[in-house]
Amino acid sequence: MPLLSLRDLTVEFATAHGSFRAVDRISLDIDPGEIVAIVGESGSGKSVSMLAVMGLLPWTAKVTATKMEFAGRDLLSASPKDKRDIVGREMAMIFQEPMTSLNPCFTVGFQIDEVLRRHTTLTRAERRTRAVELMGMVGIPSPEARLKVFPHQLSGGMSQRVMIAMMIACRPRLLIADEPTTALDVTIQAQILELLVDLQKETGMALALITHDMGVVAETAQRVQVQYAGQQVETRPVIDLFRAPRHPYTQAMLAALPERAVGGRLPSIPGVVPGQLDRPQGCLFHPRCAHAQALCSEREPDFLDGVRCHFPLDETGRPITRAVEEIGA
Amino acid sequence: MSQAPSETRTASQASRDARLRALAEFWYYFSENKGAVAGMIFVIIIVIAALGADWIAPYAPQTQFRDNILQPPFWQNGGSTAFLLGTDPIGRDILSRLIHGARLSLFVGCIVIVLSLTSGILLGITAGYIRGAYEVLLMRVMDVILAVPSLLMALVLVAILGPGLENAMIAIAVTFTPHFVRLTRARTLAEIKRDYVTASRVAGAGSIRLMATAILPNCMAPLIVQATLSFSSAILDAAALGFLGMGAQPPTPEWGTMLAEAREFITRAWWVVTFPGLAILLTVLAINLMGDGLRDALDPKMKRS
Amino acid sequence: MIRFILNKLALLVPTFLGITLVAFVFIRLLPGDPILLMAGERAVSPERYAMLAKQFGFDRPLLEQYWHYLSSLLQGDFGNSFVTKQPVTEEFFARFPATLELSLFAILLAVIIGLPAGIVAAVKRGSLFDHGLMGISLAGYSMPIFWWGLLLIMLFSGTLGWTPVSGRISVMYFFDTVTGFMTIDALLSGEKGAFSSALHHLVLPTVVLATIPMAVIARQTRSAMLEVLSEDYVRTARAKGLGPFRVVGLHALRNALITVVTVIGLQIGVLVAGAILTESIFSWPGIGKWMVDSIFRRDYQVVQGGLVLIAAAVMLVNLVVDFLYGLINPRIRHTG
Repeated sequence: MPLLSLRDLTVEFATAHGSFRAVDRISLDIDPGEIVAIVGESGSGKSVSMLAVMGLLPWTAKVTATKMEFAGRDLLSASPKDKRDIVGREMAMIFQEPMTSLNPCFTVGFQIDEVLRRHTTLTRAERRTRAVELMGMVGIPSPEARLKVFPHQLSGGMSQRVMIAMMIACRPRLLIADEPTTALDVTIQAQILELLVDLQKETGMALALITHDMGVVAETAQRVQVQYAGQQVETRPVIDLFRAPRHPYTQAMLAALPERAVGGRLPSIPGVVPGQLDRPQGCLFHPRCAHAQALCSEREPDFLDGVRCHFPLDETGRPITRAVEEIGA
Repeated sequence: MSQAPSETRTASQASRDARLRALAEFWYYFSENKGAVAGMIFVIIIVIAALGADWIAPYAPQTQFRDNILQPPFWQNGGSTAFLLGTDPIGRDILSRLIHGARLSLFVGCIVIVLSLTSGILLGITAGYIRGAYEVLLMRVMDVILAVPSLLMALVLVAILGPGLENAMIAIAVTFTPHFVRLTRARTLAEIKRDYVTASRVAGAGSIRLMATAILPNCMAPLIVQATLSFSSAILDAAALGFLGMGAQPPTPEWGTMLAEAREFITRAWWVVTFPGLAILLTVLAINLMGDGLRDALDPKMKRS
Repeated sequence: MIRFILNKLALLVPTFLGITLVAFVFIRLLPGDPILLMAGERAVSPERYAMLAKQFGFDRPLLEQYWHYLSSLLQGDFGNSFVTKQPVTEEFFARFPATLELSLFAILLAVIIGLPAGIVAAVKRGSLFDHGLMGISLAGYSMPIFWWGLLLIMLFSGTLGWTPVSGRISVMYFFDTVTGFMTIDALLSGEKGAFSSALHHLVLPTVVLATIPMAVIARQTRSAMLEVLSEDYVRTARAKGLGPFRVVGLHALRNALITVVTVIGLQIGVLVAGAILTESIFSWPGIGKWMVDSIFRRDYQVVQGGLVLIAAAVMLVNLVVDFLYGLINPRIRHTG
């Protein structure tokens, strides 16, 4: 049974210009112990969908789904109190900006102790021991001394380690990492990623890694979900996706990786991700797609066989030819 | 390629269009705030009343009606429509005095703002630009003025200058100046580091020109908001001084002075006490509503819902 | 932290000196001859005038006069009142507790009501409570409090008869002054009904004086909370599964408090201005009324001395507030 099970997750925001659909019918399963990467540009809805699962969206957001279950428990009908028992304990999340994600008024030790006090029955002394243990696990030197430190005294990398320590404190079964390294120095990025992967191996927890960096995906994930403008466009095992991407967007993103560059110029994808006011008709990607055909601007493709495309790419990277009538109603 | 005359015309027309567009955008945000619009309407009414006081008010403010002393408002027993809001202890029509008082209050606000704003801008920009001992000395003087609570400072100044509306205005303006100086200096310090200022200086722009054309426009938005809120504070402070007997002197129909004369009648004639204070409250409230609306419309950070 | 406080102290010194300068110059700027003013006499013979001039030090150079004035101040000599001939400091400290008591009650009321109201308004943003609170607080700080006081007297003392009109306690009580705080002294005296009478007399003046600070504190708390509630660390707190009361009341509020403490500090000056007006209306025997009366009586020695004393008191309170701010703000407490 999957640990996290989402079907048709949709998130709509009430804005001054009307309702904005940031997440459009995302479906995803994460099995226990699995590492799944969720990839996309900004505006793809990757963060919002996970924030919706955690219940961390502002009140202007409307979350709907045909199924949103964690460990068999229905999150949609769960009471706020029940959800708060799950969040931070069995399901945890770390965020992109560690420097602002820690409360500046309290020590690091206080903030870690807090989550232990909320979800466990450990005594004060036991909590302290566990806090020191956690700080050690995430690679913070002299952990006892560091417990008394305030967040503004920490560097970006250290802050993120503290965040990770805080969020794995109660041994969650699923850790969602929302672009954990984007705001950090390049040298630190690799360290943090390595830390996450090591922790995953050690604890056996599932890891949902949200990122826009395909290179990171290649190194760490087992399965990938590619999202574009709020929709999922391709969900495949990593090796298959990298060997033979089926959605033109995925193909374009891979082609833009420096490691794959041929020739003098890096290929880029022309155009921009559609915002609230300029959603295209039919397939959302078609204005930027190198293989777009007439049908693509008329009808939105369904998500079939792990890809949302009327003419998915074959092994050689070219769109398969199909008669228009084949493409079902 | 040099600019053809038709191109120059379109350039100036383009800047005029840009200004109109900015104004329209400003109005769009401002009008979203119903309270601010209501405040603005009320202020316009007050301005009209103030400007046209001689024609709108039923009587002259000093005219005494000996037969109608302490007459209640027209809806109460004993009142008449001749004196809509009643009369005061020496038979003067309260409504007329309130309308003429509006003129005084607005006058006070304008003078105080003009005085403190100009001195504040001059001192603030020069302080931020010239720096050095001049800046240090100036800011310390401002600190001294700010260290003393404003009403107390105004009282002391009026004690020196003598009671009266003009002196009250000067005293209040002195207590407001430091706020404008601080604001302008802070903005000047921030703007001076910007590239366009350095570019202008390199191009050979003189200091005064630089201060006036480059720095000043960028200070305007917070200054306007502060000026609006100071306008209402000025009216309150002038009324307070009038109430204490140090501002406008009787028989001037200043709202605060009217309240001072009305004190002993709180048990006998509630209308003599209530209406002048109500006039102050509504006017200050309206101006503050407008000021809030101005701040929200001018501050880009607040523009998102 | 130490450095922070030392910096604030360093700023205090020139400001205080500046105020003494203003006070020193004050008497010499008044209309009329300063020597005659200080002596309290009208027309004098030339010999007496010369004698007075020598007595008050006016024959010395200006700088020396200022130095003499300053050193007297620092020794606690602010001169004597023209009217009562008593030392200004004595008169000040006789009346200061009355203002202090009123101000303390007022700021307490302002915080007890304003702070929670602002928090609730921020949490329930856009609700009826939020709009209502914003409207009421706007009316609050647009209020001419001298009129507001008269209105309340009309209603509660006049029509309803619930509260007294003036003074600090009913005239039938008479006991020794221990602290100068009528409430405490009434309790200490043990007289029946004295404490309740003192409280009764405090109600209206406190409400009037607290009106503007309450409105401003409510507004600024709401504004600070709104900003804090949208910060990342509040989201982290929620992500830990903490309950809403803890998230808002501890994680959010603790940060918002940093701004709010500054706001409360700024209200000190407002309180003094308000005290001047409130004491006038309620005949409250504090330093506000004392200053106004002295200006009218041309007791300029009092005005001059009162100015310096009140300003010094305000600066001291501001220093305490700065200290509190330094304690609350972790960045200053642990590195500043």
